Amino acid sequence: MTNDEIKKVVIDIISDIAPDEDTSNLKPDVRLREQMQLDSMDFLDIVMELRKRYGIEVPEAEYIKLATLDSCAEYLGPKFAALGK
Amino acid sequence: MKLSRVVITGVGLTAPNGNSLTEFRHNLLNGVAGVERIDVRYMGTQLAGVCHYDALKYQKKKEVRVGTRAGSIAIYCAREALADSKINFEAQAKDRVGIYIGCTEHGNVETENEIYNISKFNYETKYWSHYHNPRSVANNPAGETSLSLGITGPAYTIGAACAAGNMGLIHATQMLRLGEVDLAICGGVSESIHTFGIFAGFKSQNALATHEDPKKASRPFDKARNGIVISEGGALYTLERLEDALARGAKIYGEIAGYHVNSDASDYVLPNPERQSECIQKAIARAGMTTRDIDLVNTHATATPLGDIQETQGIRTVFADSPDTLVNNTKSFIGHAMGAAGALELAGNLPSFDDLIVHPTINVDDLDPQCALPGLVLNHPKKAKRVDAILNNSFGMLGINSALIVKRFVA
Repeated sequence: MTNDEIKKVVIDIISDIAPDEDTSNLKPDVRLREQMQLDSMDFLDIVMELRKRYGIEVPEAEYIKLATLDSCAEYLGPKFAALGK
Repeated sequence: MKLSRVVITGVGLTAPNGNSLTEFRHNLLNGVAGVERIDVRYMGTQLAGVCHYDALKYQKKKEVRVGTRAGSIAIYCAREALADSKINFEAQAKDRVGIYIGCTEHGNVETENEIYNISKFNYETKYWSHYHNPRSVANNPAGETSLSLGITGPAYTIGAACAAGNMGLIHATQMLRLGEVDLAICGGVSESIHTFGIFAGFKSQNALATHEDPKKASRPFDKARNGIVISEGGALYTLERLEDALARGAKIYGEIAGYHVNSDASDYVLPNPERQSECIQKAIARAGMTTRDIDLVNTHATATPLGDIQETQGIRTVFADSPDTLVNNTKSFIGHAMGAAGALELAGNLPSFDDLIVHPTINVDDLDPQCALPGLVLNHPKKAKRVDAILNNSFGMLGINSALIVKRFVA
Protein backbone atom coordinates (compact mmCIF):
# COMPACT_ATOMS: atom_id res chain seq x y z
CA MET A 1 0.00 0.00 0.00
CA THR A 2 1.36 3.42 -0.89
CA ASN A 3 1.49 6.26 1.60
CA ASP A 4 -1.36 7.97 -0.23
CA GLU A 5 -3.44 4.80 -0.08
CA ILE A 6 -2.82 4.52 3.66
CA LYS A 7 -3.80 8.15 4.16
CA LYS A 8 -7.00 7.44 2.27
CA VAL A 9 -7.70 4.50 4.59
CA VAL A 10 -7.34 6.78 7.61
CA ILE A 11 -9.44 9.55 6.04
CA ASP A 12 -12.18 7.04 5.21
CA ILE A 13 -12.24 5.91 8.84
CA ILE A 14 -12.31 9.50 10.11
CA SER A 15 -15.15 10.32 7.73
CA ASP A 16 -17.17 7.52 9.28
CA ILE A 17 -16.45 8.36 12.90
CA ALA A 18 -16.71 12.16 12.49
CA PRO A 19 -19.36 12.50 9.78
CA ASP A 20 -19.90 16.21 10.38
CA GLU A 21 -16.27 17.07 9.55
CA ASP A 22 -14.98 18.11 6.16
CA THR A 23 -12.11 15.72 5.43
CA SER A 24 -11.47 16.83 1.87
CA ASN A 25 -8.64 19.25 2.62
CA LEU A 26 -6.77 17.79 5.57
CA LYS A 27 -3.14 18.87 5.74
CA PRO A 28 -0.96 15.77 6.00
CA ASP A 29 1.67 17.30 8.27
CA VAL A 30 -0.66 19.02 10.76
CA ARG A 31 -2.06 17.21 13.78
CA LEU A 32 -5.53 15.86 13.07
CA ARG A 33 -6.89 17.24 16.36
CA GLU A 34 -5.87 20.73 15.30
CA GLN A 35 -7.84 20.43 12.07
CA MET A 36 -11.10 18.99 13.35
CA GLN A 37 -12.97 18.13 16.51
CA LEU A 38 -11.56 14.77 17.56
CA ASP A 39 -11.46 13.65 21.17
CA SER A 40 -9.79 10.71 22.88
CA MET A 41 -12.82 8.49 22.27
CA ASP A 42 -12.57 9.28 18.55
CA PHE A 43 -8.94 8.15 18.52
CA LEU A 44 -10.04 4.92 20.17
CA ASP A 45 -12.50 4.63 17.29
CA ILE A 46 -9.68 4.97 14.75
CA VAL A 47 -7.75 2.25 16.58
CA MET A 48 -10.85 0.05 16.71
CA GLU A 49 -11.61 0.48 13.00
CA LEU A 50 -8.01 -0.38 12.04
CA ARG A 51 -8.43 -3.53 14.12
CA LYS A 52 -11.82 -4.41 12.65
CA ARG A 53 -11.18 -3.56 9.03
CA TYR A 54 -7.53 -4.60 8.64
CA GLY A 55 -6.55 -6.64 11.69
CA ILE A 56 -3.98 -4.01 12.63
CA GLU A 57 -3.24 -3.50 16.33
CA VAL A 58 -2.03 -0.16 17.64
CA PRO A 59 -0.74 -0.43 21.22
CA GLU A 60 -1.72 2.42 23.55
CA ALA A 61 1.88 3.66 23.80
CA GLU A 62 1.90 4.17 20.04
CA TYR A 63 -1.34 6.14 19.67
CA ILE A 64 0.83 9.24 19.33
CA LYS A 65 1.98 7.93 15.97
CA LEU A 66 -1.52 8.52 14.60
CA ALA A 67 -1.24 12.26 15.21
CA THR A 68 -0.99 13.37 11.56
CA LEU A 69 -1.80 11.76 8.23
CA ASP A 70 1.92 11.68 7.41
CA SER A 71 2.77 9.98 10.70
CA CYS A 72 -0.12 7.54 10.15
CA ALA A 73 1.30 6.56 6.76
CA GLU A 74 4.82 6.19 8.15
CA TYR A 75 3.65 4.14 11.15
CA LEU A 76 1.04 2.00 9.43
CA GLY A 77 3.03 1.34 6.23
CA PRO A 78 5.09 -1.52 7.69
CA LYS A 79 2.01 -2.95 9.39
CA PHE A 80 0.10 -3.09 6.11
CA ALA A 81 3.22 -4.49 4.41
CA ALA A 82 3.44 -7.22 7.04
CA LEU A 83 -0.11 -8.18 6.11
CA GLY A 84 0.93 -8.38 2.46
CA LYS A 85 -0.96 -5.20 1.58
CA MET B 1 -47.38 22.55 54.79
CA LYS B 2 -48.73 24.39 51.78
CA LEU B 3 -47.36 22.85 48.63
CA SER B 4 -46.48 24.88 45.59
CA ARG B 5 -48.80 24.50 42.64
CA VAL B 6 -47.00 22.98 39.66
CA VAL B 7 -48.04 23.53 36.06
CA ILE B 8 -47.21 22.19 32.62
CA THR B 9 -45.83 24.92 30.37
CA GLY B 10 -44.30 23.09 27.41
CA VAL B 11 -44.67 19.81 25.52
CA GLY B 12 -42.21 18.09 23.19
CA LEU B 13 -42.88 14.68 21.77
CA THR B 14 -42.30 12.12 19.09
CA ALA B 15 -44.81 9.34 18.60
CA PRO B 16 -45.26 6.76 15.86
CA ASN B 17 -48.03 8.96 14.45
CA GLY B 18 -46.67 12.42 15.05
CA ASN B 19 -43.63 14.49 15.88
CA SER B 20 -45.36 17.40 17.57
CA LEU B 21 -48.37 17.73 19.82
CA THR B 22 -50.32 19.33 16.98
CA GLU B 23 -49.61 16.47 14.56
CA PHE B 24 -50.13 13.81 17.24
CA ARG B 25 -53.44 15.28 18.34
CA HIS B 26 -54.64 15.69 14.77
CA ASN B 27 -53.99 12.02 14.09
CA LEU B 28 -55.62 10.91 17.35
CA LEU B 29 -58.77 12.78 16.36
CA ASN B 30 -58.71 11.42 12.82
CA GLY B 31 -58.12 7.74 13.53
CA VAL B 32 -54.58 7.68 12.13
CA ALA B 33 -52.57 4.85 13.68
CA GLY B 34 -48.79 4.60 13.47
CA VAL B 35 -47.88 0.93 13.51
CA GLU B 36 -45.75 -0.66 10.77
CA ARG B 37 -43.67 -3.71 9.95
CA ILE B 38 -39.98 -3.68 10.85
CA ASP B 39 -37.18 -6.21 10.67
CA VAL B 40 -36.08 -7.31 14.11
CA ARG B 41 -32.71 -9.04 14.47
CA TYR B 42 -33.03 -12.83 14.81
CA MET B 43 -36.84 -12.59 14.64
CA GLY B 44 -37.63 -11.26 11.18
CA THR B 45 -40.63 -9.08 10.46
CA GLN B 46 -42.49 -7.75 13.49
CA LEU B 47 -45.07 -5.07 14.11
CA ALA B 48 -43.87 -1.93 15.86
CA GLY B 49 -44.51 1.74 16.39
CA VAL B 50 -41.63 3.65 14.80
CA CYS B 51 -40.92 7.35 15.24
CA HIS B 52 -39.88 9.37 12.20
CA TYR B 53 -38.63 12.59 13.78
CA ASP B 54 -35.64 14.39 12.32
CA ALA B 55 -32.80 13.54 14.70
CA LEU B 56 -30.50 15.99 12.91
CA LYS B 57 -32.77 18.88 13.85
CA TYR B 58 -30.97 19.07 17.18
CA GLN B 59 -27.99 16.72 16.93
CA LYS B 60 -24.86 16.42 14.85
CA LYS B 61 -24.39 13.21 12.89
CA LYS B 62 -21.57 12.23 15.23
CA GLU B 63 -23.80 12.73 18.28
CA VAL B 64 -26.38 10.42 16.74
CA ARG B 65 -23.66 7.85 16.00
CA VAL B 66 -22.05 7.98 19.43
CA GLY B 67 -25.23 8.31 21.45
CA THR B 68 -28.26 6.10 21.85
CA ARG B 69 -31.70 6.18 20.26
CA ALA B 70 -33.22 6.90 23.66
CA GLY B 71 -30.79 9.78 24.11
CA SER B 72 -31.66 11.14 20.69
CA ILE B 73 -35.40 10.91 21.39
CA ALA B 74 -34.88 12.64 24.75
CA ILE B 75 -32.86 15.46 23.17
CA TYR B 76 -35.49 15.99 20.49
CA CYS B 77 -38.36 16.03 22.99
CA ALA B 78 -36.53 18.22 25.52
CA ARG B 79 -35.63 20.85 22.94
CA GLU B 80 -39.11 20.80 21.45
CA ALA B 81 -40.61 21.24 24.93
CA LEU B 82 -38.28 24.13 25.75
CA ALA B 83 -39.11 25.81 22.45
CA ASP B 84 -42.82 25.30 23.09
CA SER B 85 -42.53 26.74 26.60
CA LYS B 86 -40.98 29.96 25.22
CA ILE B 87 -38.72 30.05 28.27
CA ASN B 88 -35.70 32.31 27.85
CA PHE B 89 -33.42 29.34 28.23
CA GLU B 90 -30.24 31.32 27.63
CA ALA B 91 -31.00 33.36 30.74
CA GLN B 92 -32.05 30.33 32.80
CA ALA B 93 -29.68 29.24 35.59
CA LYS B 94 -28.63 25.85 34.22
CA ASP B 95 -27.83 24.47 37.66
CA ARG B 96 -31.47 25.02 38.64
CA VAL B 97 -32.85 22.87 35.85
CA GLY B 98 -33.61 19.21 36.52
CA ILE B 99 -34.06 16.44 33.97
CA TYR B 100 -36.21 13.51 35.12
CA ILE B 101 -36.87 10.91 32.45
CA GLY B 102 -38.84 7.74 32.94
CA CYS B 103 -37.56 4.58 31.25
CA THR B 104 -38.93 1.09 31.16
CA GLU B 105 -35.42 -0.22 30.55
CA HIS B 106 -32.18 1.06 29.12
CA GLY B 107 -29.09 -0.75 27.92
CA ASN B 108 -30.67 -3.76 26.24
CA VAL B 109 -30.32 -2.22 22.78
CA GLU B 110 -26.72 -1.22 23.29
CA THR B 111 -25.68 -4.56 24.81
CA GLU B 112 -27.40 -6.59 22.09
CA ASN B 113 -25.70 -4.47 19.44
CA GLU B 114 -22.27 -5.11 20.93
CA ILE B 115 -22.83 -8.84 21.27
CA TYR B 116 -23.95 -8.93 17.65
CA ASN B 117 -20.89 -6.89 16.71
CA ILE B 118 -18.40 -9.21 18.38
CA SER B 119 -20.21 -12.24 16.98
CA LYS B 120 -18.71 -11.12 13.65
CA PHE B 121 -15.28 -11.43 15.27
CA ASN B 122 -15.59 -14.86 16.86
CA TYR B 123 -16.77 -13.23 20.09
CA GLU B 124 -13.37 -11.66 20.79
CA THR B 125 -14.07 -8.96 23.36
CA LYS B 126 -11.32 -6.67 22.06
CA TYR B 127 -13.86 -5.65 19.42
CA TRP B 128 -16.35 -4.49 22.09
CA SER B 129 -16.97 -0.74 21.78
CA HIS B 130 -15.45 1.72 24.20
CA TYR B 131 -18.80 3.54 23.96
CA HIS B 132 -20.68 0.65 25.52
CA ASN B 133 -20.58 1.93 29.09
CA PRO B 134 -21.68 5.53 28.45
CA ARG B 135 -24.35 4.22 26.11
CA SER B 136 -25.74 1.63 28.50
CA VAL B 137 -25.68 3.37 31.88
CA ALA B 138 -29.20 3.77 33.17
CA ASN B 139 -28.99 7.58 33.20
CA ASN B 140 -27.99 7.74 29.51
CA PRO B 141 -31.05 9.50 28.04
CA ALA B 142 -31.01 12.17 30.75
CA GLY B 143 -27.24 12.53 30.56
CA GLU B 144 -27.26 13.00 26.79
CA THR B 145 -29.94 15.66 27.24
CA SER B 146 -27.87 17.50 29.84
CA LEU B 147 -24.88 17.41 27.48
CA SER B 148 -26.93 18.70 24.59
CA LEU B 149 -28.44 21.59 26.55
CA GLY B 150 -25.60 22.40 28.94
CA ILE B 151 -27.86 21.69 31.91
CA THR B 152 -25.83 21.27 35.10
CA GLY B 153 -28.64 20.48 37.52
CA PRO B 154 -29.72 16.93 38.41
CA ALA B 155 -30.28 14.76 35.34
CA TYR B 156 -31.27 11.15 35.76
CA THR B 157 -33.71 8.49 34.71
CA ILE B 158 -36.41 6.81 36.71
CA GLY B 159 -36.81 3.11 36.15
CA ALA B 160 -40.44 2.15 36.66
CA ALA B 161 -41.27 -0.27 33.86
CA CYS B 162 -44.26 0.96 31.91
CA ALA B 163 -45.35 3.30 34.71
CA ALA B 164 -42.22 5.34 34.08
CA GLY B 165 -43.67 8.12 31.92
CA ASN B 166 -46.02 9.21 34.68
CA MET B 167 -43.20 8.82 37.17
CA GLY B 168 -41.11 11.40 35.35
CA LEU B 169 -43.83 14.01 35.86
CA ILE B 170 -44.56 12.95 39.42
CA HIS B 171 -40.92 13.06 40.43
CA ALA B 172 -40.46 16.46 38.78
CA THR B 173 -43.45 17.80 40.68
CA GLN B 174 -41.91 16.58 43.92
CA MET B 175 -38.54 18.16 43.14
CA LEU B 176 -40.14 21.49 42.21
CA ARG B 177 -42.14 21.48 45.43
CA LEU B 178 -39.01 20.69 47.42
CA GLY B 179 -37.31 23.66 45.80
CA GLU B 180 -34.55 21.48 44.37
CA VAL B 181 -34.94 23.00 40.90
CA ASP B 182 -36.79 25.90 39.27
CA LEU B 183 -37.51 24.21 35.97
CA ALA B 184 -38.02 20.53 35.30
CA ILE B 185 -37.80 18.72 31.98
CA CYS B 186 -39.62 15.49 32.57
CA GLY B 187 -41.61 12.64 31.12
CA GLY B 188 -40.56 9.39 29.50
CA VAL B 189 -38.70 7.93 26.53
CA SER B 190 -38.33 4.51 24.98
CA GLU B 191 -36.05 2.92 22.38
CA SER B 192 -37.39 -0.57 23.02
CA ILE B 193 -38.16 -1.49 19.41
CA HIS B 194 -34.42 -1.73 18.79
CA THR B 195 -33.93 -4.67 21.13
CA PHE B 196 -35.02 -8.09 19.97
CA GLY B 197 -35.13 -9.19 23.60
CA ILE B 198 -38.28 -7.19 24.37
CA PHE B 199 -40.04 -8.71 21.35
CA ALA B 200 -38.82 -12.21 22.13
CA GLY B 201 -39.76 -11.87 25.78
CA PHE B 202 -43.32 -10.81 25.01
CA LYS B 203 -43.58 -13.48 22.34
CA SER B 204 -42.50 -16.17 24.80
CA GLN B 205 -45.10 -14.77 27.16
CA ASN B 206 -47.71 -15.10 24.36
CA ALA B 207 -48.26 -11.35 24.68
CA LEU B 208 -47.08 -10.05 21.30
CA ALA B 209 -49.77 -8.77 18.93
CA THR B 210 -50.20 -10.13 15.42
CA HIS B 211 -52.48 -8.85 12.69
CA GLU B 212 -52.37 -8.80 8.90
CA ASP B 213 -52.97 -5.05 8.96
CA PRO B 214 -50.35 -3.39 11.19
CA LYS B 215 -52.58 -0.41 11.91
CA LYS B 216 -55.24 -2.71 13.36
CA ALA B 217 -52.84 -4.77 15.48
CA SER B 218 -53.12 -2.76 18.67
CA ARG B 219 -56.72 -3.22 19.73
CA PRO B 220 -57.35 -2.84 23.46
CA PHE B 221 -60.83 -3.90 24.61
CA ASP B 222 -61.63 -5.66 21.32
CA LYS B 223 -62.57 -9.35 21.54
CA ALA B 224 -59.90 -10.21 18.99
CA ARG B 225 -57.07 -8.44 20.79
CA ASN B 226 -54.05 -10.69 21.00
CA GLY B 227 -51.28 -8.73 22.64
CA ILE B 228 -48.94 -5.76 22.69
CA VAL B 229 -47.49 -3.77 19.81
CA ILE B 230 -44.10 -2.51 20.97
CA SER B 231 -43.27 1.09 20.15
CA GLU B 232 -40.60 3.68 20.58
CA GLY B 233 -41.25 7.29 21.43
CA GLY B 234 -40.95 10.06 23.92
CA ALA B 235 -42.80 12.91 25.53
CA LEU B 236 -41.07 15.45 27.74
CA TYR B 237 -42.67 18.42 29.44
CA THR B 238 -41.47 21.60 31.04
CA LEU B 239 -42.91 21.87 34.54
CA GLU B 240 -42.66 24.98 36.67
CA ARG B 241 -44.02 26.27 39.92
CA LEU B 242 -47.13 28.28 39.21
CA GLU B 243 -45.71 31.57 40.46
CA ASP B 244 -42.72 31.26 38.11
CA ALA B 245 -44.92 30.39 35.16
CA LEU B 246 -47.26 33.32 35.86
CA ALA B 247 -44.36 35.72 36.36
CA ARG B 248 -43.13 35.12 32.84
CA GLY B 249 -46.59 34.98 31.31
CA ALA B 250 -46.30 31.34 30.28
CA LYS B 251 -48.93 29.40 28.42
CA ILE B 252 -50.26 26.85 30.89
CA TYR B 253 -51.45 23.49 29.56
CA GLY B 254 -52.71 22.23 32.89
CA GLU B 255 -51.92 21.85 36.56
CA ILE B 256 -50.68 18.77 38.36
CA ALA B 257 -53.63 18.07 40.62
CA GLY B 258 -52.72 14.79 42.24
CA TYR B 259 -50.92 11.53 41.86
CA HIS B 260 -50.21 8.26 43.55
CA VAL B 261 -47.67 5.48 43.13
CA ASN B 262 -47.91 2.07 44.72
CA SER B 263 -46.86 -1.54 44.24
CA ASP B 264 -48.81 -4.77 43.81
CA ALA B 265 -46.38 -6.97 45.69
CA SER B 266 -48.16 -9.91 44.14
CA ASP B 267 -46.60 -11.07 40.84
CA TYR B 268 -43.76 -10.45 38.39
CA VAL B 269 -46.01 -9.73 35.42
CA LEU B 270 -49.69 -10.15 36.28
CA PRO B 271 -51.50 -6.94 37.20
CA ASN B 272 -53.42 -6.58 40.42
CA PRO B 273 -56.79 -4.80 40.03
CA GLU B 274 -57.12 -4.17 43.75
CA ARG B 275 -53.83 -2.30 43.95
CA GLN B 276 -54.52 -0.46 40.70
CA SER B 277 -57.87 0.71 42.07
CA GLU B 278 -56.21 1.75 45.29
CA CYS B 279 -53.65 3.73 43.30
CA ILE B 280 -56.39 5.56 41.38
CA GLN B 281 -58.43 6.25 44.50
CA LYS B 282 -55.49 7.66 46.40
CA ALA B 283 -54.54 9.91 43.48
CA ILE B 284 -58.10 11.26 43.40
CA ALA B 285 -58.05 11.79 47.15
CA ARG B 286 -54.71 13.59 46.98
CA ALA B 287 -56.16 15.88 44.34
CA GLY B 288 -58.98 16.72 46.74
CA MET B 289 -61.45 15.36 44.22
CA THR B 290 -64.11 12.70 43.94
CA THR B 291 -64.56 10.34 41.01
CA ARG B 292 -67.25 12.67 39.62
CA ASP B 293 -64.61 15.36 39.24
CA ILE B 294 -62.64 13.15 36.82
CA ASP B 295 -63.92 13.82 33.31
CA LEU B 296 -61.55 11.61 31.37
CA VAL B 297 -59.58 8.49 32.22
CA ASN B 298 -56.78 7.44 29.90
CA THR B 299 -56.32 3.73 30.37
CA HIS B 300 -53.04 1.86 30.43
CA ALA B 301 -54.63 -1.12 28.63
CA THR B 302 -52.09 -2.79 26.34
CA ALA B 303 -54.42 -5.23 24.55
CA THR B 304 -53.44 -8.30 26.47
CA PRO B 305 -56.48 -10.52 27.08
CA LEU B 306 -56.24 -10.50 30.86
CA GLY B 307 -54.72 -7.07 31.53
CA ASP B 308 -57.49 -5.16 29.76
CA ILE B 309 -60.18 -7.00 31.70
CA GLN B 310 -58.45 -6.38 35.00
CA GLU B 311 -57.93 -2.67 34.40
CA THR B 312 -61.50 -2.08 33.25
CA GLN B 313 -62.71 -4.07 36.23
CA GLY B 314 -60.82 -1.68 38.49
CA ILE B 315 -62.14 1.41 36.70
CA ARG B 316 -65.69 0.03 36.73
CA THR B 317 -65.48 -0.38 40.49
CA VAL B 318 -63.84 2.94 41.27
CA PHE B 319 -66.05 4.97 38.92
CA ALA B 320 -69.30 3.13 39.66
CA ASP B 321 -70.90 6.36 40.88
CA SER B 322 -69.54 8.49 38.05
CA PRO B 323 -71.23 7.36 34.82
CA ASP B 324 -70.29 10.56 32.97
CA THR B 325 -66.57 9.96 33.23
CA LEU B 326 -65.23 9.24 29.75
CA VAL B 327 -62.54 6.64 29.12
CA ASN B 328 -60.10 6.29 26.24
CA ASN B 329 -56.91 4.54 25.22
CA THR B 330 -54.00 5.82 23.13
CA LYS B 331 -52.15 2.55 22.60
CA SER B 332 -54.76 1.60 20.01
CA PHE B 333 -53.11 4.22 17.77
CA ILE B 334 -49.43 3.93 18.60
CA GLY B 335 -48.91 0.65 20.39
CA HIS B 336 -47.17 0.50 23.73
CA ALA B 337 -44.38 3.05 23.96
CA MET B 338 -43.20 1.49 27.19
CA GLY B 339 -41.42 4.09 29.34
CA ALA B 340 -42.82 6.86 27.15
CA ALA B 341 -46.37 5.54 27.23
CA GLY B 342 -47.76 7.46 30.18
CA ALA B 343 -46.16 10.73 29.11
CA LEU B 344 -47.28 10.42 25.49
CA GLU B 345 -50.80 9.39 26.42
CA LEU B 346 -51.20 12.39 28.70
CA ALA B 347 -50.01 14.69 25.91
CA GLY B 348 -52.59 13.32 23.52
CA ASN B 349 -55.37 14.27 25.91
CA LEU B 350 -54.17 17.68 27.15
CA PRO B 351 -55.77 19.57 24.22
CA SER B 352 -59.15 18.32 25.46
CA PHE B 353 -59.07 21.10 28.05
CA ASP B 354 -59.36 23.53 25.14
CA ASP B 355 -61.51 21.75 22.55
CA LEU B 356 -63.54 19.46 24.85
CA ILE B 357 -63.09 16.65 22.35
CA VAL B 358 -62.04 13.22 23.63
CA HIS B 359 -60.07 11.08 21.22
CA PRO B 360 -61.36 7.55 20.92
CA THR B 361 -60.01 4.08 21.40
CA ILE B 362 -59.78 2.76 17.86
CA ASN B 363 -59.79 -0.77 16.45
CA VAL B 364 -62.70 -1.89 18.60
CA ASP B 365 -64.74 -3.81 16.03
CA ASP B 366 -66.25 -6.13 18.57
CA LEU B 367 -66.15 -4.84 22.13
CA ASP B 368 -65.28 -7.46 24.70
CA PRO B 369 -68.22 -7.28 27.13
CA GLN B 370 -65.78 -7.88 29.97
CA CYS B 371 -64.09 -4.58 29.04
CA ALA B 372 -67.28 -2.57 28.61
CA LEU B 373 -67.48 0.69 30.52
CA PRO B 374 -70.26 3.28 30.30
CA GLY B 375 -67.90 6.08 29.28
CA LEU B 376 -65.65 4.20 26.87
CA VAL B 377 -65.15 6.35 23.76
CA LEU B 378 -65.07 3.91 20.86
CA ASN B 379 -63.70 4.46 17.36
CA HIS B 380 -64.87 8.07 16.93
CA PRO B 381 -64.06 11.22 18.91
CA LYS B 382 -66.66 12.40 21.35
CA LYS B 383 -67.56 15.93 22.37
CA ALA B 384 -67.51 16.10 26.14
CA LYS B 385 -69.74 18.26 28.27
CA ARG B 386 -66.81 19.13 30.43
CA VAL B 387 -63.07 18.33 30.59
CA ASP B 388 -61.64 19.83 33.73
CA ALA B 389 -59.64 16.86 35.03
CA ILE B 390 -57.81 14.00 33.32
CA LEU B 391 -56.67 10.84 35.08
CA ASN B 392 -53.68 9.19 33.39
CA ASN B 393 -53.04 5.56 34.34
CA SER B 394 -49.73 3.78 33.79
CA PHE B 395 -48.90 0.41 35.23
CA GLY B 396 -45.79 -1.72 34.90
CA MET B 397 -44.17 -5.06 35.48
CA LEU B 398 -43.14 -6.09 38.97
CA GLY B 399 -46.38 -4.41 40.02
CA ILE B 400 -45.55 -0.70 39.84
CA ASN B 401 -48.66 1.45 39.47
CA SER B 402 -48.91 5.18 38.83
CA ALA B 403 -51.93 7.43 38.52
CA LEU B 404 -51.54 11.09 37.62
CA ILE B 405 -54.30 13.70 37.58
CA VAL B 406 -53.93 16.90 35.59
CA LYS B 407 -56.59 19.56 35.86
CA ARG B 408 -57.54 22.59 33.86
CA PHE B 409 -55.62 25.58 35.13
CA VAL B 410 -57.78 28.08 36.93
CA ALA B 411 -55.96 31.00 38.51
